Amino acid sequence: MTTLAKNARSAPPQTGAPKPRGGYRRLGDLKIALFFIAPAMIGFIFFYVVPTIRGVYLSFTEYNILGDPTWVGMDNYTAIAKDPLFWNSLAVTGQYVFLNIVLQTALALGLALLMNKVAKSTLIRGALLLPWMMSNIIAALLWFWMLDYQIGVVNQFIEWAGLPRVAFFGSEEWAIPTQAVINTWRHMGYTALLIFAGMQAIPGHVYEVAKLDGASPFQTFRKITLPLLRPVLVMVLVVTVIGSFQVFDTVSVTTGGGPVNATRVIQYYIYQRAFTESDFGYGSAIAVILFLILALVAFIQMKFLKGNESDLD
Amino acid sequence: MKKSLGAVAVAAVMALSLSACGGGSSSSAESAKGEINYWLWDANQLPAYQQCADDFAKANPDISVKITQRGWDDYWSTLTNGFVGGTAPDVFTNHLGRYGELAENKQLLAIDDAVKKDNIDLTQYNEGLADLWVGQDGKRYGLPKDWDTIGLFYNKAMLASAGVTEDQMKDLTWNPEDGGSYEKVIAHLTVDKNGKRGDEAGFDKNNVAVYGLGLNGGGDSSGQTEWSYLTNTTGWSHTDKNPWGTHYNYDDPKFQESMEWFAGLAQKGFMPKLETTVGAAMADTFAAGKSAINAHGSWMTGQYTGYKGIEVGIAPTPVGPEGKRASMFNGLADSIWAGTKKKDASIKWVEYLASADCQDVVASKAVVFPALKASSDKAAAAFAAKNVDVSAFTEHVRNKSTFLYPITDNTAKVKGIMEPAMDAVVSGKAPASSLTQANEQVNALFK
Repeated sequence: MTTLAKNARSAPPQTGAPKPRGGYRRLGDLKIALFFIAPAMIGFIFFYVVPTIRGVYLSFTEYNILGDPTWVGMDNYTAIAKDPLFWNSLAVTGQYVFLNIVLQTALALGLALLMNKVAKSTLIRGALLLPWMMSNIIAALLWFWMLDYQIGVVNQFIEWAGLPRVAFFGSEEWAIPTQAVINTWRHMGYTALLIFAGMQAIPGHVYEVAKLDGASPFQTFRKITLPLLRPVLVMVLVVTVIGSFQVFDTVSVTTGGGPVNATRVIQYYIYQRAFTESDFGYGSAIAVILFLILALVAFIQMKFLKGNESDLD
Repeated sequence: MKKSLGAVAVAAVMALSLSACGGGSSSSAESAKGEINYWLWDANQLPAYQQCADDFAKANPDISVKITQRGWDDYWSTLTNGFVGGTAPDVFTNHLGRYGELAENKQLLAIDDAVKKDNIDLTQYNEGLADLWVGQDGKRYGLPKDWDTIGLFYNKAMLASAGVTEDQMKDLTWNPEDGGSYEKVIAHLTVDKNGKRGDEAGFDKNNVAVYGLGLNGGGDSSGQTEWSYLTNTTGWSHTDKNPWGTHYNYDDPKFQESMEWFAGLAQKGFMPKLETTVGAAMADTFAAGKSAINAHGSWMTGQYTGYKGIEVGIAPTPVGPEGKRASMFNGLADSIWAGTKKKDASIKWVEYLASADCQDVVASKAVVFPALKASSDKAAAAFAAKNVDVSAFTEHVRNKSTFLYPITDNTAKVKGIMEPAMDAVVSGKAPASSLTQANEQVNALFK
């Protein structure tokens, strides 16, 4: 949205073009615009707007999906406020998001720099994307087996190195970091690609000027690349943070919320309450809370990192 | 491209829902022929039931049966979605832990009339199996297809090298104070990295090569294969009555004492720590030589005896402090979805599945024990023909040392509460007395 607004602002003024006459022309545009928007709009309304509104409605009901929803007002929300598992899921998810985002962004930035300066072969650039082409479930299961305590290959190597075996998925301390690293591994290539595309958009002449002024590579990175990359980085952060909050499939196919409650992340808890325990009203209410949290996080990121302004202007 | 697919999907969904509305009424003639959908979750049993379906179609040329196998993890949520979306199978394999809620939500067809009309003799099934499927409303919601009990799978070579005889395995005793001869055998079968056994001086419990007893998990609310074969020998039972109990007993000191002993096995190094069992299946780690004894269900017999290069024996579960063995007795049944359009054909298929014609086929594959007494014996013979002695499982039924899988309302929610609570106890993170609080949460569901 913000890019649209920005383009409109920075577009060259149409000095020579004749002024459109009245509302007729605009209405004509509207029809064509609607025609082009329609396919996306229908999908958006049926698969996003309607389910969201219905979800908000269901969050005020008691509903086991096979019967009819009964209105219970704020009961679900007051119950959630007192539900230790909900607060646990927030803490666990927060831990996951923090580890995942910090690692992923740092590594992706490094990879993007390498793609930009060193690894110019398409083959190598493509290879960085390979983990991302794997389905989440496959990636999770692959690592689940490789990291298995008893018969996993990684623990065999650890033992050969003379170190004690690690219960990567089984111990409460390791379960979340393990999954955060697996998903970092899967997503960093893609994130690097986005950042790399942003780097390509930085005009070469600023680097030439920096070189002439005798800036070191580190200074160039800190003073030129990072600031000019900010809008792209903000966009990448907003998207990856939202994606990270929604971690579900990895947990679902590996630890299933355990050990004890160590990986009962918020999406998994929603799934458990709604689909496993048939408490769709309660599940919807947590989903609404997650929706509000994500909206707030995205807003704060856009606001404070000034994602809609570029220093190139 | 991606977006316009959404529009197509919308149109498709609308078309589907319209056609679903249109097909609501059908005459009784139509409901007795055509294709019926049948679901089950165990891939090991698919070949047997496919043959039943083929035989059934031959005998009833008007009806064909399409079998879909879905893994346990997706089975119930897909089924629920099918009930709501109108795409559920006409007939499906049902579980004792689930059918109460399905019956209550009017998703199951009561088959009392058909059972009466077709004169189905309910006494030909193993004792109690048919009655399990009578709901709280007194109506019958399924015909039994099979049953299972718990036994001790052991690695014969490991027993031999430890000097434990197979006769010893048949006479194991257990109590929650010192674990009886069961713990002695488990300790003796445990070997650390230096070759020291669990009952020898200098045993290193932090570097164990072979555990005496394998661990499947915390066991959540039922402990079916994990601990119920022990806890229920003390006179304790999961609920106040079964089926349809309304009060759980995880706060009973007798039960908590048993769980304390069980968790203690891991602390002594005789059983893997819970954290190390997240991952590879218990049966596979047994096959990899990481444990000497695994307590597991009779449905796993094929898998345990199928591993190459490993000789497996099966012993009955130990005798408890009250002088009896105990095993959870679980049975599956085939139920009919209330929303089926092929009611008459579905009833025919369910009756066929519960008949000797089909259950003998299942028996001959030596995978599970069919519900019919006569077919059960045939299954035992089929196992024997494969050189597998399954008397450890059948003796529970013969000696009436079984107790039922706890059938109550709210089973999914009970499991949701008990799973983390049991994990905490079995992993040693919380004392067994912490189960009292979980029990309060569980019983609050029934108020």
